[in-house]
Amino acid sequence: MFQLDEEQRLILQSVREIVRKEIEPRAADLDRSGEFPLGVVRILAKNDILNPLLPRACGGVEVSTSTFCMIVEEIAKACASASLLLIGQAEGTLPIVYGADEPLKEKYLRRLTAGSEVLIGLGAVEPSAGTGIFSLPTHAELRGSHYSLGGEKCFVKNGSVADFLVLYAYTDRSKGNLGVSAFVVEKGFPGLVFKRDEDKTGTRGTVYSEMLLENLRVPRENLIGREGDGFSNMLKTLSASRVFTAAQAAGLAQGALDEALSYARRRVQFGKTIAHHPAIQFMIAEMAAGIESARLLTYEAAFLLDQEKWEKVGTYAAMAKLVASDAAMKVTSDAVQIMGGYGYMRDYPVERMMRDAKATQIYAGTNQIMKLIIGRDLAGIS
Amino acid sequence: MFDQTSFIPTEKLKTFRDRIQRIARDKIAPQASLVDEEEFFNREVESLLWDLGLLTLTFPEKYGGFGKGRMVALCLAVEEIAKVCASSSLLLIIQAVGSFPIIDRGSKELKERYLPQMSQGRKLVAYLVTEPTAGSDISGIQSMAVREGDEYILNGSKCFATSGGVAGIYSVLAKTSEKEGKGSSSFFLVERESPGLSIGRAESKLGQRGSNTTEVFLENVRVPAGNLLGREGNGFLIAMKDFDMSRPAIAAQALGIAEGAFEAILQFVKERHTPQRPIADHPAIQAILADSAILIEASRGLVYRAAILNDERKQSTKFASMAKCFAGDAAMKITADAVDAIQVLSGYGFLRDFQVERMFRDGKLTQIFEGTNQIQRLVITRQILKESM
Repeated sequence: MFQLDEEQRLILQSVREIVRKEIEPRAADLDRSGEFPLGVVRILAKNDILNPLLPRACGGVEVSTSTFCMIVEEIAKACASASLLLIGQAEGTLPIVYGADEPLKEKYLRRLTAGSEVLIGLGAVEPSAGTGIFSLPTHAELRGSHYSLGGEKCFVKNGSVADFLVLYAYTDRSKGNLGVSAFVVEKGFPGLVFKRDEDKTGTRGTVYSEMLLENLRVPRENLIGREGDGFSNMLKTLSASRVFTAAQAAGLAQGALDEALSYARRRVQFGKTIAHHPAIQFMIAEMAAGIESARLLTYEAAFLLDQEKWEKVGTYAAMAKLVASDAAMKVTSDAVQIMGGYGYMRDYPVERMMRDAKATQIYAGTNQIMKLIIGRDLAGIS
Repeated sequence: MFDQTSFIPTEKLKTFRDRIQRIARDKIAPQASLVDEEEFFNREVESLLWDLGLLTLTFPEKYGGFGKGRMVALCLAVEEIAKVCASSSLLLIIQAVGSFPIIDRGSKELKERYLPQMSQGRKLVAYLVTEPTAGSDISGIQSMAVREGDEYILNGSKCFATSGGVAGIYSVLAKTSEKEGKGSSSFFLVERESPGLSIGRAESKLGQRGSNTTEVFLENVRVPAGNLLGREGNGFLIAMKDFDMSRPAIAAQALGIAEGAFEAILQFVKERHTPQRPIADHPAIQAILADSAILIEASRGLVYRAAILNDERKQSTKFASMAKCFAGDAAMKITADAVDAIQVLSGYGFLRDFQVERMFRDGKLTQIFEGTNQIQRLVITRQILKESM
């Protein structure tokens, strides 16, 4: 069912090459320094894989979601932070693709075409709202030719480095979800105040920022679609983002399994390689089975996304994200376990992968929230 | 929150526990984030632990030991300290582990010479067993000790030595026979100043980063023949007996880490208010709190069962392994859940500013050292079969 087509084969081949030569060797430093990976941006841009989802109509390559997932997976095998860079770009692109009219698409998406190093991001989360995204208000008020936005955003991916961001805010609180709207906000718009970047357990080579919106002036034409479109736009974007996160988690887990396998085949204890010990074989078997099921569920969700089966996408995206990130957590922790003392040391990549895996259980909605989404959908509770 | 009283056999132990708990909160907790972040061995905490007598707990009483109930005392102290700083609690464990061979098997003369040095001279002990090719499989060590007149000459490379770079005394396992197998190795007491002993680099670790882990190299290190601990060839036996003591202590550490994480969740649950409904009604939080509490109580039962058996000098291998395995796995689950819980409540569980992400990293080590949990399962099965014969 999931046989690669020729295009996918060629893309993945070149991605693998880039990962091996350019991304893998930098992964440890990126984690240690916790800096934003401008070098990786440059490499991905140069090879035209920074924005692979960009529509053809806007000058992009427009690969399918499944292909995009495979690219993310391939990069995440070596460096979860680098793969998150692609996801961040996609999260900034999709709300515009899904909801913007032609002039707005033309204005912003054109800037992402071949070789572009323009960075984008998404501000969906607000402090003390956490995963319950709409429990606290960022509000937007129309004042003639512009909107004025007030509020606070946290965990804005690429917040401090992005050239433009998509933000959600209430244009009419009384309408609840139907009063939410989406905006494109550029770095340098007056009132967009950067507060700080977070110091994180894992995926340390990424930027998550706290931002303040202090009477942030946004031109009226930067409203995505119409007022009130924001909520459904956001649900679609978040669903997509969950599928990507699942792909990232599956890749990360595969990377850890590969490391553990190569160690288990070398490491001799009790007169044979530890790969010969049944206890280790059991662990390897569970790890591999977990990864394969995560991957298949991810592709299933990606397929539904490409088919625009929105009524199913939300639940499948949540399931893929839940299963894949839980698998990643277990697999990476087991990889450290198989490698014992070595696994626990920073000289080897698996402890980093374990920290990165924890992130995949958390962002794009915690797994606890994924369970609520799935449970409510299946039980028919809105 | 949790009451250990039912596991604490004496009034003396109760008073002891309460005192450590208070001091851990006041003096050790405030530096926990810093030692993790900066990855440094905190000499001030070490001094405090000496002052409290916690680095000689398992010594004979006349050298500062706790006396009756010492194993329970060790576990209580480790648990209380691990609640706030796992790295600091590890120092107690490794001190007990490292000094076990001399306490258990050292000659009278050797004890009289070294134990006062260690207790009054405040010398830390490191336990040099693990080698690059010998982890879980101790019998795979390559280090050699060759007898020459009144001395042994030691050669070898040791790795992952906790307190390796800060210790004054080392318990070194080396082969005293070319033969393979369990009867071929012996323990030696080696002083830091011995010519030929050198410290390699300090490792950078995922967690328990305030503990010191180094390589130690032995190059023609000469030790007096009297520094052999016990007889030639019983190194493996001593190591196994040492595990009966170290594993409950590691389990106590895991228990403490888990309790620290649990308390962090509770604090958040109490602090966070939502207009709609109490946070404790949140099903995700309920599941985490209930599951964590169950695992903590079950861990406690195993930890103190193993410790009490050890104090009573009864066979405790099975319970020591069960405690280590169960409490380590529980700590890993609870700390991971705590990160999630705080994430659900505030969106901040994953951030370094919050203690739980450190506890999560610290917790992982408890599944690995003093025998990985995979090895514990082998040990448990073997003991069960032995008992059923």
